Amino acid sequence: MATKTSPPSIRSSKTVSQSVTIDSEQAAPRKKPSLTEKGTSAVTAIEMGTRQREISVSEFFTKNRHLLGFDNPRKALLTCVKEAVDNSLDACEEAGILPDVTVKLETVVNGPTPVTPSQATRFRVTVTDNGPGIVRAQVPRIFAKLLYGSKFHRMRMSRGQQGIGISAAGMYGQLTTGKPVKVISRTGPRATAHYFEVQIDTKKNEPLVHENKQIEWAQPQGTEVAIEVEGRYQKGRASVDEWLEQTSIANPHVRLVYQTPEGETKEYPRTYHELPPSPKEIKPHPYGIEFGVLLKMLQDTKSHTVASFLASDFCRVSPALAEEMCKSAKLSPDAKPRAVKHQAAETLYKTIQTTKIMAPPTNCISPIGEKAILSGLYKQIKGEFYTAVSRPPAVYRGNPFIIEAGLAFGKGPEESVKPQPAAMPLAEGEDHGHDTELARVIRYANRVPLLFQQSACSTFKAVLNTTWRNYGMTQSRGALPAGPMVIFVHMASVWVPFTSESKEAIADYDEIQKEITLALREAGRRLGIFLRRKERAASEFRRRNIFDLYIEEVVEACNRLKGGKLPTEQLKEQLHKIASSRTGGLKTDEALGKTGAGPEGLPHSIIVTTEGIEGETEVAQQTATVPVVSSKPAQFERLSETKAPVKSVRAPKVRPGSGRAKRPAAAKAKVGQQDLFVGDASSGKKAALPKRKRPATSLTRKRK
Amino acid sequence: MAQAKPKKNGAVEKKLIGMADVVIAAAQRAKDPTFAIPIRALSNVSFNPRKGLIEMGEKKQARSFFNVGMAKKFMQTMLVADALSELQRADLTTSLREIYYRTKHTIQDSHENTFDTQDESDPIIEDLEVSLVALREELHVRAENSGSIVGPVVFGDDGDRVDCAKLGKGGYSVPSIVEPEYLEIRRCTADFLLLVEKGTQWNRLSEDKFWRRYNCVLLTGNGQPPRGVRRLARRLHEEHRLPVYVLVDNDPWGYYIYSVVKQGSINLAFESQRMAIPKAKFIGLSSADPERYELPRNVGIKLNDKDVTRAKELLNYRWFQKPAWQEEIKRMLANGLKFELDALANKDFQYLTKKYLPRKLKEKDWLD
Repeated sequence: MATKTSPPSIRSSKTVSQSVTIDSEQAAPRKKPSLTEKGTSAVTAIEMGTRQREISVSEFFTKNRHLLGFDNPRKALLTCVKEAVDNSLDACEEAGILPDVTVKLETVVNGPTPVTPSQATRFRVTVTDNGPGIVRAQVPRIFAKLLYGSKFHRMRMSRGQQGIGISAAGMYGQLTTGKPVKVISRTGPRATAHYFEVQIDTKKNEPLVHENKQIEWAQPQGTEVAIEVEGRYQKGRASVDEWLEQTSIANPHVRLVYQTPEGETKEYPRTYHELPPSPKEIKPHPYGIEFGVLLKMLQDTKSHTVASFLASDFCRVSPALAEEMCKSAKLSPDAKPRAVKHQAAETLYKTIQTTKIMAPPTNCISPIGEKAILSGLYKQIKGEFYTAVSRPPAVYRGNPFIIEAGLAFGKGPEESVKPQPAAMPLAEGEDHGHDTELARVIRYANRVPLLFQQSACSTFKAVLNTTWRNYGMTQSRGALPAGPMVIFVHMASVWVPFTSESKEAIADYDEIQKEITLALREAGRRLGIFLRRKERAASEFRRRNIFDLYIEEVVEACNRLKGGKLPTEQLKEQLHKIASSRTGGLKTDEALGKTGAGPEGLPHSIIVTTEGIEGETEVAQQTATVPVVSSKPAQFERLSETKAPVKSVRAPKVRPGSGRAKRPAAAKAKVGQQDLFVGDASSGKKAALPKRKRPATSLTRKRK
Repeated sequence: MAQAKPKKNGAVEKKLIGMADVVIAAAQRAKDPTFAIPIRALSNVSFNPRKGLIEMGEKKQARSFFNVGMAKKFMQTMLVADALSELQRADLTTSLREIYYRTKHTIQDSHENTFDTQDESDPIIEDLEVSLVALREELHVRAENSGSIVGPVVFGDDGDRVDCAKLGKGGYSVPSIVEPEYLEIRRCTADFLLLVEKGTQWNRLSEDKFWRRYNCVLLTGNGQPPRGVRRLARRLHEEHRLPVYVLVDNDPWGYYIYSVVKQGSINLAFESQRMAIPKAKFIGLSSADPERYELPRNVGIKLNDKDVTRAKELLNYRWFQKPAWQEEIKRMLANGLKFELDALANKDFQYLTKKYLPRKLKEKDWLD
């Protein structure tokens, strides 16, 4: 859901119309019983009028909490975490800070005896970030007023959109536990930390501040939100754990620490030390607006003429083009925008739609990038083959978007080489229980994992519609491909078209579907190349293997035939010699890819074998050199397995924020950050971390 | 003959041991160990019209160890040879299935089985039969007893006197190995031998004591007659000059059963010499019979695609080139129907015994 962290420099944040006027739908049910009741006269319009009144958004969402993802306790818990983390990430990225987010789930004792996390019904969700913090005056409204935020009015790619999310989470907590939202925020090391306890007045949709004091806070900068909610903690599909893992895949630039209700600490280290390029804000594209929106824009504009309105309030409309549009709409370019109404407005709208206008600029979206996707997949998923594809930007309904796809295939070299533990000889009719496991699709919209309503999602449909058989996978009709594979699909856009308010599935626009399919095909094609190459090597390997296996049997049979008097070792040796001469030792090695030539024809891919890593090795090495964890991917369980913690790692508290914190403004920090990464990128990524630290400290020193 | 047995077995064992020598010799010369196995397929059989037999050609296929496609089969061949030589040493007989179990195990350090199903081991035994020129009986492998005989014939089996005229309607179960050293034909007074495809019709004839009335031997192999049944028929035909008549369903498979009895099979063409009865006659059910015996069309069964394909194959076999046979098969294809022997019951339960066969024999209505 939407978030509304405002950066320190508060923009003119407008409050959205806070109330929904009642409509006949609500009034009708009340009217009906009175009509059917005998002896009661019909209700007059006046009487009805007395009952008609305004409903506050907060009240509306109290009754319709499922619209916001609070349908059941389990999902509610996830939604709370999600909203808070999304907010933190958006804020950090906008301020140019590499996000460092801690998520803590604790059970709250709600009775005489403590309960286990799986039985608990009350949780405290605490999310702490190293972001820019929130100015004091804004805290209450951000956390306790629905539809309040900085993102709704901007055409800019961000996780949150409407400004509902975090306050809805707070409201849900308030509704189920009666506890206020606790917020600590500090905008910099020189500023004081403020502690707030806020609740929402659901009638008025206004914040109620219970507590507001200055406190000592260990962190130099950042925000901490704690919400107590009714929820259920369960692992597995669509759990908090899964969501955080998937978040970490698509956001390898984030360091995530997760303290589970069981008291374990999982760390998802940062493997990509570059912030995604900051997305630019754009104006709406004329093709993307509806008639009603145009009317509203005509009313609200600051321009004095229609022509300047068109040229300044939309992207890709030059003054010349604006004049031309006015002309063909038979409007005076100098007409007052507010005067354009009814028929004239409709003509204008139609003209706009039929005029040829350049596609919107695409620098407003920031894709994850092939390297970062690879790095994320490599970090979290054990496999043999990884690849990532970023499509060029495309446009649907005037909204630019970018599709990215990734694949992680295989069980990891360790697992594929070691023989299966149950090496039971097979009985007749039995077979080698081939993996019937289906591939998994992980979906993202603006870097946020989508966990629900998979089958309604455009990405999922595109995966089904891709003929994976062409790429060496098995696939039944209308099903996911079978095999140990994770398919990653990300849609980045200034406006992701969700099928519902709860943002669970991407709507099925043709343009989007087409882009996803193209991305998947490219990824699939690379997978096909990899699989064919592997198959070739395997068949050579099998050739050699077969003989080794059978020589033993043949020699034993000969020995028995000869009455056990055969010099078996000698015969075996002779046969082995023939075998290796016949399978061509050197050639086989080449086919097995032991020559270290690297994967040709496989851009943006990683191949993992027992011998090592090929392809975008620097990405893999970057992952590997993160000091906190001896981060072989092997130590991270597969996504599909949800048991057992990853590895509790005590991270040395190197807070990236601590070094940078002294910088006064976020804007400056951003500059510093970019410099830092330019240096980082050029100096190779092998020793990524130490290099990252050095410029950081020198920067701060300079400032001092 | 009984004394000759150990010596002969010794010869088979020597052949089996010879296979190990092939491997050893090849290994010493750094060559790929290879066996030459005669091909058991239509492409490698020829019909000898003079003898009336299917004969095996000279074509052989190499089975080499160091060839990915053949390595496993080569290994399996060695295992089967080993198992067979074990039988020779212990002087035991066994079944195909027991050989399969005997040779099945998991290959060391893997979870691959030497054999996964019996379908893999059976052809290898046949390969060995052909390549070593040893009969299955000589290899001490027996088939299942799936044949019955009844009629005026007396056998000596393991010293027991078996009078097939005094065994009620069940008859004597034909053992799979009927070589003279195992089964002795002491006396036979029958005039002819009737080989019936199906057990049900054999039962009908046996129950009706058809053999007593027409002084014949009734033999069945329950479908495609096993070697024991074919070999016994051949022996009765050869040693006691019994004409052999074959009674099968009127379908392509029935025709083929008849042809196997008469000329030998493609798969085991090398055994035709011992098994085939070139003078056997096809007594029924002919595709002309439904009309002649007024069988209603509705007791026929429509030929399916497989039947039609098979019938067309038969038309091309060299041993079905006689005009009478071409006519017979083409008539069936033209009718589009096949008839089971059982369909005769449509007229009467005893129609086969009382009307059909007597008339056939009287009219000498058979095909050669």
